Amino acid sequence: MSQTALILLWIACGALTFAIRYSFIALEGHYQPPSWFIRWLPFVPIAALTAITVPELLLVTGQFDVGTGNPRFWAGLVAIGVAARWKSTLLTIASGFVAFWLLQQLV
Amino acid sequence: MTPSSAFWLGVRALLPMLLGVIPFGVIYGVVALQSGIPPLAAFLMSSVVFAGSAQFLLAQLVGVGAPALLMVGAVGLINLRHALYSASVAPVLHALPRRWKLLLAYLLTDEAYAAAIPHLLAEPRSPFAHWILFGAGFALWFGWQLSTLAGVLLGAQLPADLGLDFALPLTFIAIVVPLIDSRARLAAALVAGAVAVLLVSMPYKTGLFVAVLAGLVAGAFMQRRGSR
Repeated sequence: MSQTALILLWIACGALTFAIRYSFIALEGHYQPPSWFIRWLPFVPIAALTAITVPELLLVTGQFDVGTGNPRFWAGLVAIGVAARWKSTLLTIASGFVAFWLLQQLV
Repeated sequence: MTPSSAFWLGVRALLPMLLGVIPFGVIYGVVALQSGIPPLAAFLMSSVVFAGSAQFLLAQLVGVGAPALLMVGAVGLINLRHALYSASVAPVLHALPRRWKLLLAYLLTDEAYAAAIPHLLAEPRSPFAHWILFGAGFALWFGWQLSTLAGVLLGAQLPADLGLDFALPLTFIAIVVPLIDSRARLAAALVAGAVAVLLVSMPYKTGLFVAVLAGLVAGAFMQRRGSR
């Protein structure tokens, strides 16, 4: 894609993101969203981010691999454990990277 | 409370989060260049789109040559969670002029919301409560612009095989795992992840949409069962 096409793409993505963030701020006092919508919203980031992440951890060039040839899987498990225990963004990313680099050296 | 003290209260509440955001921003810049995005466009994405995890996804999708409509849809899906924050801060901003609402909506990110909301709840009647959100939002925006610029400038000099793109799954793990505090949420994550793996061979990551929908249905189903 050309630089101009990319920047037009950013503008489309930015406008949509802005519309989402502005939505209820603009509607306050005019419209009450349906209750099912409010109930479903918390599941959206969980389902979306997990659907992106899990294939990155379990697949190596499109093939299922959870053996010693896939350090991302094992480092991902370390990061999940750290995130569950400490709930710290920085600690989770740092521990995952350290585990990933160590495993790459070992294997 | 004055506008100035409220602004700095927001800035101070956000500062610890920059520890996580700055490395993330640097890595974004590097990943964007490795996906074949020119440096200027990579830097501009940080102010035009201004959404950390969505920027990572967008850079990756550009790298694999996904159709534009699918990329816009994916960014919308990832950022739909901001509607939750919008609904939450809307009562605080209700009486403000429109230019304030537009500015604060642009700055409404995961981090700014998380930093400002305890103070907004503590000072709901303060006429300057919105300055707290502005302080937090501006501090994050500034840190994000500087760190992605650093990543874009560094990116050309870093070797491609450092595995820095692994920062994306790691960051998502850091966001998602603390959100999973019920069986319904765990079900949404497990189903979305499993379906995404099963459908990974579908073209241009379209399996992702099916996986997200399957996760939503699973979560809503479990929640309904649990509430009976």
